[in-house]
Amino acid sequence: MRRKSHLLTSVVEWGTLLLSTLLVCFFLLVVIWEIASKGAPLLSWDFLFSTPSEGMTKGGILTPIIGTIILTFITALFAIPFGVACAIYLQEYAEDNWLTRTIRASIRNLSGVPSIIYGLFGLALFVQALALGTSMIAAGLTLGLLSLPYVITTTEEALMRIPNSMREAALAVGATKFETIKDVILPAAMSGILTGVVLTLSRASGETAPILFTGAAFYINGASGYLDQEFMALPYHLYMLSTQHQSIEEVRPIAYGTALVLIIVVFFLNLTAFYIRYKYRKNEH
Amino acid sequence: MSIKLSAKNLHINFGTKKVLNNVNVAFEEHQITALIGPSGCGKSTLLRSFNRMHDLSSDAKIEGSLFLDSLDLYARTVPVTEIRKRIGMVFQKANPFPKSIYDNIAYGLKINNLPHGKKEIEKALREAFLWDEVKNDLKMPATRLSGGQQQRLCIARAVALRPEVILMDEPCSALDPISTLKIEELIVHLKEKYTIVIVTHNMQQAQRIADRTVFMYLGEVKEEGITTQLFNHPAEEMTANYIRGQFG
Amino acid sequence: MNYKTRLLLDVGFKFLFKATGILVLALLGGILAMLVYNSFSFFLDVRPLDFITGIEWNPTGNSPKYGMLPLILSTTLVTFGAMLIAIPIGIGTAAFIAEYANHRLKNILKPAIEMMAAIPSVVIGFLGIVVVSPGIAHVAGLSNGLNALNGAILLAVMALPTIITVAEDAIHAVPKAYKEASYGVGATKWQTLCKVVLPAAAPGIIAAVMLGVGRAIGETMTVLMATGNASLLPTGMFDSVKTMTATIAIEMGEVPYQTTHYYALYAIATVLFIMTLVANMLGEYFINRFRKYHAA
Repeated sequence: MRRKSHLLTSVVEWGTLLLSTLLVCFFLLVVIWEIASKGAPLLSWDFLFSTPSEGMTKGGILTPIIGTIILTFITALFAIPFGVACAIYLQEYAEDNWLTRTIRASIRNLSGVPSIIYGLFGLALFVQALALGTSMIAAGLTLGLLSLPYVITTTEEALMRIPNSMREAALAVGATKFETIKDVILPAAMSGILTGVVLTLSRASGETAPILFTGAAFYINGASGYLDQEFMALPYHLYMLSTQHQSIEEVRPIAYGTALVLIIVVFFLNLTAFYIRYKYRKNEH
Repeated sequence: MSIKLSAKNLHINFGTKKVLNNVNVAFEEHQITALIGPSGCGKSTLLRSFNRMHDLSSDAKIEGSLFLDSLDLYARTVPVTEIRKRIGMVFQKANPFPKSIYDNIAYGLKINNLPHGKKEIEKALREAFLWDEVKNDLKMPATRLSGGQQQRLCIARAVALRPEVILMDEPCSALDPISTLKIEELIVHLKEKYTIVIVTHNMQQAQRIADRTVFMYLGEVKEEGITTQLFNHPAEEMTANYIRGQFG
Repeated sequence: MNYKTRLLLDVGFKFLFKATGILVLALLGGILAMLVYNSFSFFLDVRPLDFITGIEWNPTGNSPKYGMLPLILSTTLVTFGAMLIAIPIGIGTAAFIAEYANHRLKNILKPAIEMMAAIPSVVIGFLGIVVVSPGIAHVAGLSNGLNALNGAILLAVMALPTIITVAEDAIHAVPKAYKEASYGVGATKWQTLCKVVLPAAAPGIIAAVMLGVGRAIGETMTVLMATGNASLLPTGMFDSVKTMTATIAIEMGEVPYQTTHYYALYAIATVLFIMTLVANMLGEYFINRFRKYHAA
């Protein structure tokens, strides 16, 4: 009898933890199921490759797709070289003193700053101070800034994992510091850097708040993607279709389709990052 | 016998910590010299000062002078990469680049503008007693080699540059006895062409391979001489205690 | 390449890396400068104390009111609600993954949680409109479910991955010897978890919660889409609320540049910045304490 109640308690206890885990999985499945089941009927070449029409109640989402692709490219072009170079400076050149440590901590904290604040900064710096106006380039640079702390932190972590003996090995055969970095350290850290970069881009491509006032537009005629013009982007399109459109119920299917495409883009980038990390770990052992 | 490598009135500080105190030492050409002494006595620091590895740490302060033949190693006009080409180094833990066996050796040649064809690679690997084991797997990642093979690859990487001196910092401390013997055999073979300075914790190893031995303690050179002499008839009480294993 | 070229490259790139580093730091430092400058402009017009404690936010009325207390309370209410949901579920899941799940299950759960973290906030907000809101309206008999509760549920989903990941790391890092000692005196697995493992992992779990709070406070799109955005003092979870982030998002698109209202939004951003910074720094502090504690 006693044994039985003992068993019962341990099942209850175990069940509590299992239940919370199942709840988390349930949340994830609800999101995926809801979007996938209602968005999938929309998916067709036509939906992906035609521009919105008739007040966006008809047609596809080509314009926001193009916008998101170009936006992500600008983000990458800005955040990768600057972020990696900054990380190389901090990790390989800067002396390890209180100043460097403070800078490093500040950068880590900047990755916790709400994305809407980056939006405000993009508005103040790129749109107004640098007079780029509300445009693709201003929004892309804003997303680039948002991505910088992530790129720097993950790159630094990847560089930190390269043992010092590698640096010594290269220097001992007569390499300069730059050659050591270029020929030995960066190639060895490449997969770690790539994983971080791809995850960062995945995040940036799904961001809405930073592009709200830096150039995202309600509607753009045709499939244009000019850098100095306003643009449509998938996350903003979804936000707009689900809250701002005058006939919300009518465009709901398109909203589901947009959400599905957005999730596919983001998950695809994430899986790419997982794949790089997995391959890298396999090579390590 | 002529002096190949020497240090005069050498003082090294890391921050406020004095690591070497007025070291005067000379290493003879085509000889193997062992540096022995308890942990923290400064033997690795001394070794690394010859190919300017301390340039990496900003808090290292070096006074005195070091010479390769008559070349002042720390003269402003001397390029540090040139010094490291002429004074090779093998480290405590084998540190091959995460590249192929071939590229591990070709890299140093390439950046130093030396020919880096198959012929040079083979020559270096042969010299390091590694050729027969890897000649069919030159494209294999070096990290798949065994520990002993990796260390011999690192020696091949060093000799490929045709240095004049090879510095070795406890090259066998992470290896099993059989790999160790193989590397010792290799080191003895290498002294025909190179001047070798080796840091070791292993008294037997010093006696097996070194022509001369330098005993260091607390940042100073306490005694130096022909190995057999130093081990059999140490002049200093401290040396005698150390080699008999009473401290260290 | 001859030596001179190599040396030139070496020096050149050192300079380039350093210049880039400084530029990046200046840009990121600019965020702080922008917040301070614009907030300062705002406080020339409105007293800081009135701003923080004022109970009416109506910047577009005939006599504009810049009291951000309703916004702070909205953010607090939604975040608090989110944590009530996310903390028990998050810690439970973390404990399950770290202590009970086998290797194979871990390999499914961990990537699933990373995937969850990757879902864009706008998609979660959309779910709030199409799934959670009708659900709440139905259960509670309201006309719509765009309220604080909706926001809290969604923010819980957003914060869960952060909480689970950090807490799991902390639980996982508890030395095996602690557990063995507990089993050794006859404790069950559950007793060991509650009395030994969780207390030992406490700093890491607090860190997880703080980072989750930071994430929830700063989240914009989900609350903007799901909480109804009425800028009144909230009285309960079924009230429509307008958080700080949502206020910035809604009003920045409409204000003329360099007006008091414009500066007011930057002032809100500054308060938001400070709140998230405190949460994140506390999180970081506890993570470091945890690491030190276990490294020793």
